[in-house]
Amino acid sequence: MKLHIKNGRVIDPINAIDGVQDVFIDSGKVLAVGVAPIGFVAQDVIDATGLIVVPGLVDLCARLREPGYEYKATLESELHASVRGGVTSLVCPPDTDPVLDESGLVEMLRQRAKGHHLARVYPLGALTLGLHGKELTEMSALTGAGCVGFSQAEQIITDTNVLLRALQYAKTFNYTVWLRPQDPFIGVGGVAHSGPFASRMGLSGIPVMAETIALHTIFELQRTTGTRIHLCRLSSAAGVDLVRQAKREGLPVTCDVGVHHLHLTDADIGFFDANARLSPPLRSQRDRDALRQGVVDGTIDAICSDHTPVDDDEKLLPFAEASPGATGLELLLSLVVKWADEAQLDLATALAKITCAAADVAGLSGGKLTVGSQADICIFDPSDEWLVEGRALASQGKHSPFLNYRLPAVVHTTIVAGRIVFSRVS
Amino acid sequence: MHNPQLNKHGELQHLLTTEGLPKAVIHHILDTAASFVNIGNREVKKVPLMRGKSVFNLFFENSTRTRTTFEIASKRLSADVINLNIAASSTSKGESLLDTIDNLAAMHADMFVVRHAQSGAPYLIARHLQETGQHHVHVVNAGDGRHAHPTQGLLDMYTIRHYKKDFSQLRVAIVGDILHSRVARSDIHALTTLGVPEVRAIGPHTLLPSGLEQMGVRVFTDMNEGLKDVDVIITLRLQNERMSGALLPSAQEFFKSYGLTPERLALANLDAIVMHPGPMNRGVEIDSAVADGPQAVILPQVTFGIAVRMAVMSILAGN
Repeated sequence: MKLHIKNGRVIDPINAIDGVQDVFIDSGKVLAVGVAPIGFVAQDVIDATGLIVVPGLVDLCARLREPGYEYKATLESELHASVRGGVTSLVCPPDTDPVLDESGLVEMLRQRAKGHHLARVYPLGALTLGLHGKELTEMSALTGAGCVGFSQAEQIITDTNVLLRALQYAKTFNYTVWLRPQDPFIGVGGVAHSGPFASRMGLSGIPVMAETIALHTIFELQRTTGTRIHLCRLSSAAGVDLVRQAKREGLPVTCDVGVHHLHLTDADIGFFDANARLSPPLRSQRDRDALRQGVVDGTIDAICSDHTPVDDDEKLLPFAEASPGATGLELLLSLVVKWADEAQLDLATALAKITCAAADVAGLSGGKLTVGSQADICIFDPSDEWLVEGRALASQGKHSPFLNYRLPAVVHTTIVAGRIVFSRVS
Repeated sequence: MHNPQLNKHGELQHLLTTEGLPKAVIHHILDTAASFVNIGNREVKKVPLMRGKSVFNLFFENSTRTRTTFEIASKRLSADVINLNIAASSTSKGESLLDTIDNLAAMHADMFVVRHAQSGAPYLIARHLQETGQHHVHVVNAGDGRHAHPTQGLLDMYTIRHYKKDFSQLRVAIVGDILHSRVARSDIHALTTLGVPEVRAIGPHTLLPSGLEQMGVRVFTDMNEGLKDVDVIITLRLQNERMSGALLPSAQEFFKSYGLTPERLALANLDAIVMHPGPMNRGVEIDSAVADGPQAVILPQVTFGIAVRMAVMSILAGN
């Protein structure tokens, strides 16, 4: 299939391209950007006048809920949500049921995902069996089945010695370990950022030190093991500082932030809005500002949607009983564009955090429009806006703290491997 | 952000918290309560203000005392009262909280008095009633988690006003487990709204929530310092399950540092009053000599509590 995308503003951060150009696609690959190759005859032409053409987005954290939680969401619903949001590659954590701790399961998941011909799915394998934090998984076999790294998802390894062994073993094969920094004891049972808001509302708190103590432990283990670690969803100013120091020290560490945390603070819980119950919790304005700064200065490598579909039965509950998480795949692009706009940041710099930089973290080949690379593309209208409504979302997760917000940037067309997988106009 | 406890005319639609309650509304409730105080002494202890109205006491958390006071208050207003103890958590019951509410609303409830172990549960109910267009149903928060116990806060204000007349010159100390106390939060918000210049919180660091100062409170860990020259002392109940463990070593040790003894009471102003939301643990947060002494107003609090709850319910029913 030969595809010609014409007259769009092409932003390809890794190749420092930002300008109106044409993109030519053949056999699932980017054939040329700029001038048409000699003899190129397009079978399909997309007129992208007034639109922005970027590499398909790479999301470092999207829960698809399969296997095991099909009542919350299915691969089909979430992969549709993914391409509607312009996300063409996503990394999913292993906290399914059963947990992704066995290569057969991973193969099955990848196979089923492929069958939908929508976004590309890159699972993280469980670091320990059942995520119980006791025995290591067969990391080599899991990698063979397609895992791009190993993670404990939201489960925390309480035994530091097991964590040390897991990091040593992962280092043996140069696997990356993805960890969300959270102390196993401090803040347990907490549902909101420890501070004046939680105290006023009588919600039990999760102090910032739950994150910083874990970071200290992780970095100390890293100094011994040298394991490459990706830190998932940093939440605090103090955490950003520690990561900045660790990077300066030369530790092999990358990190991401959930897109909600770039916008919202604990004050957005308002009158106990369970849609703002997230993990890690929304923190203070100071923390939010430091996270934004961390993304700008490169301390934070990537922005993820932290897509977590939760059904009504688990959300329409008193705040502390509600399941944490929000739908995110369809909001990621808009929220990043909104942030870039508010921070008066160059769009290419902002989009890098959900394209090439994110791909780099996960070791994926996507996130760029380099000639010869896979033709995964998102075309969006930067001047249009949309109203976030549960029923308008393809995701089975209908809960978001941004419900009833008007957000900028509407995805027009999504292309995976040269195939149009979503088109708003058609 | 729209304050869910006020209707679009700025009147009380629900009573969910004392935070953000306008000063005039608080005084209106206290004035209304004053007119009800003597009803308890009459031969016929009833007024017909809520005749024909159905009040559902929805207690998702066990409570005999608060439920009883609401029941008495409803009956003195001539309302029909239905008590439902749904002590088990809403999830383990099988039926969701909002399903329960829908069912009871379909029985033409006029008012829900809600006690729940989770902070914010009455807000969920109030929002649901609003979203489903049931604007005639009112919610009274009878205690949610650690968040609020507004009728207790208001009856405490009534008691203070009764004995001290003027809020603008007072020092009020709240002593004990502030961290877990909805009463402390409701008292603090009401006291600061009513213009009390100095509200103190006294307790060990393990029982003081973070950011407490930002609620307009002076924090003390030394009881002797904290009680100096105060006019009102509100002692809080220490729950049994918190008397030993990682928060406190023992009830005895707590009493040693934070128990209200006659010696400590002597540090306060001579005419200081001693309050307690009940039930008391004698010898833990309060010495019997103080609890039964001339400065204690703990039993009048209970009497005023009925009048304040009558005031709240009758005002809501009229809005």
